[in-house]
Amino acid sequence: MQKDYTSLWERLGLNLENHAGLLGVLSDAYKNIYQSQRGRPKGMEYFDFVISEIHGLRVEEIFEAKKEKRKVVGTFCLYVPEEIVLAVDGVCIGLCAGAEVGADEAEKFIPRNTCALIKAFMGFKLAGLCPYVELTDLLVGETTCDGKKKAYEIFNEITKKVYVMEIPNKKGEDGKILWRNEVRRFAEKLEELTGKKIDLEKLKASSKIVNDKRKALQRLSFLRSNDPAPISGLDALLVNQVSFYDDPIRFTTKVNKLCDELNARVKAGIGVAEKGSPRVLISGSPMAIPNWKVHAIVEGSGAMVVGEESCVGEKNFGTLLDEDFSSLEEGMQKIADRYMTINCACFTPNDERLLNIIDLAKRLKVDGIIHYAIQFCTPYLIEAFKVKKVAETMAIPFLRIETDYSMEDIGQLKTRIGAFLEIIEKGVIA
Amino acid sequence: MKIGGIDIGSRYIKYVVLENNKPVVFYKKDTGHDPFQVCRELIEMNKPDKLVATGYGRHLLEIHGSVNTITEIKAVAIGSKEVFPSCRTIIDIGGQDTKVIATNKDGMVTNFEMNDRCAAGTGKFLEIMAKTLGFKVESFGYQCNCEGSDDIKINSMCTVFAESEVIGLIAKGIKRELIATAIHNSIASRVIALLKRIGVNDDIIFTGGCARNTYLQRVFENCFRTKIHVHDNPDMLAALGAALYAGHAVSPFSSLFVPPAINLTR
Repeated sequence: MQKDYTSLWERLGLNLENHAGLLGVLSDAYKNIYQSQRGRPKGMEYFDFVISEIHGLRVEEIFEAKKEKRKVVGTFCLYVPEEIVLAVDGVCIGLCAGAEVGADEAEKFIPRNTCALIKAFMGFKLAGLCPYVELTDLLVGETTCDGKKKAYEIFNEITKKVYVMEIPNKKGEDGKILWRNEVRRFAEKLEELTGKKIDLEKLKASSKIVNDKRKALQRLSFLRSNDPAPISGLDALLVNQVSFYDDPIRFTTKVNKLCDELNARVKAGIGVAEKGSPRVLISGSPMAIPNWKVHAIVEGSGAMVVGEESCVGEKNFGTLLDEDFSSLEEGMQKIADRYMTINCACFTPNDERLLNIIDLAKRLKVDGIIHYAIQFCTPYLIEAFKVKKVAETMAIPFLRIETDYSMEDIGQLKTRIGAFLEIIEKGVIA
Repeated sequence: MKIGGIDIGSRYIKYVVLENNKPVVFYKKDTGHDPFQVCRELIEMNKPDKLVATGYGRHLLEIHGSVNTITEIKAVAIGSKEVFPSCRTIIDIGGQDTKVIATNKDGMVTNFEMNDRCAAGTGKFLEIMAKTLGFKVESFGYQCNCEGSDDIKINSMCTVFAESEVIGLIAKGIKRELIATAIHNSIASRVIALLKRIGVNDDIIFTGGCARNTYLQRVFENCFRTKIHVHDNPDMLAALGAALYAGHAVSPFSSLFVPPAINLTR
């Protein structure tokens, strides 16, 4: 029997009735999508548990951490350096949301034709449904897409605790310098918030924690190169989603344990699908928890998702930080430079993303690329054109999908994805 | 051996039975509110030994009847290749979807595009607009009057807004024949935009219920300066393709596609 967290949620000011409804829907969706899968690794039990406690145990942990004067920093983008948050003993939580919740509340502040991700993080807060946002001491926004950067202005009026980091538009030297300064200012902001000084030793320790997490996720990604895939795309996506709010050290241990099991599976030739099943790479907009829509359709149609070229995926762990630094300043610079390797579609040009897609397609041995963009996510919607060209050069079938968090286009998506898989299988009779 | 193909569309269910690879039966019935029941009735009328389902509602038969399925994109490509062997580009306008499909010379789908999430540019849109103007959808295309229609445009991408635009034009006293033309042109321009994305190769075939609309056919012919082929039963081709597929089913994944015994008891 699960612990009752009602009093905690009440203290955080959640809308209890709606919140109970949300957890009910989430648990049903999880049962249908996740627990109906066959041949799941035993190591996923931990992540099942994390989901069952999504607004419970972890929220309580953070609540306790706050009692020990630790500060909680909420983020919406991979560019916010977690190392620095941990170096001031902070708790770093990704707040992007992947469910259509509180859209009507959000639409009081932002236009209807705003992307689902922005609407959801506003909506979750406004509808009183996110315990994490209530626990935060600082919300860190960033100047990525226009939608987010303007929404943060309004979000700050609502929450009074938004701090915005300026991300350059280009990856050249000027951009790098701007970003190094921004990272330095962010560190100062955190020192001011926590009253703690960052020293070399702390920064080294926190850098190791975050790098270890990246290494574990890289390991998982590499294991997915095998045919048959030892883990479903849905499960791997979940692990990636959980990486944004779980305790990083515990998370790394659990992912490594899962990878040990997957390693054994690979050696024994065991997978979750038959060898030779079509392998798909998903590329594009982030899929925040509980956005499992496209993976569920692809894998429900007999193919395997073997990689996510996305913020919730390769962009999060693809590059490691060079931990070999001997001064605080050098460390800060290396951290800033490491983050500049994340190939967000907000940059122009962004050719490194395309090169990464080529590498991934080869390493993961993909049979098809699905470009996924959230409706009104202009940077990714437009960049899809370039990804398509890359796929054509590699002679890999390509499908472009534009959707949101609602379920009304499931039928259409099933047809599109189904037809795409038919092209991959070349099952058309001549 | 009798081989069936059933296409469960949003507006109609189409059912084809083949004997010796030739269609001997073609039924079409309103999808209504209980498509599973309609499927059962159709199949009862002429029981096949093998059956493959396609169309928007194909999963109904997959789940409740253990019938194998293919997407309507693949089905319509197979059906089109059968009736027009030289076809390389397919325009399919059905009740709720518009699709354009590119095939190679072997009839395999190489690329496709579909309309985005709303009904604008589909058969349902034509139906709503015909009703608004007081025409029957079956004869809607014949009502188009090109003269002077260039000045009138329907711009909206959404059925609801497009209907408001139409109501606005009616209120201005514009003749309904001219409005009808503008509506058809707006659908055609959207389909043409989709076609440009996949690239057009001859021959072009127009399928789905809307292919019975000769005005749309003419607009496409004028745009691409080539003949657009339309079968006598353009709405039959997906069901035909499904049936042909059921008869031939061989693929690298053939074990998955051999249709088992049909059991349509729910």
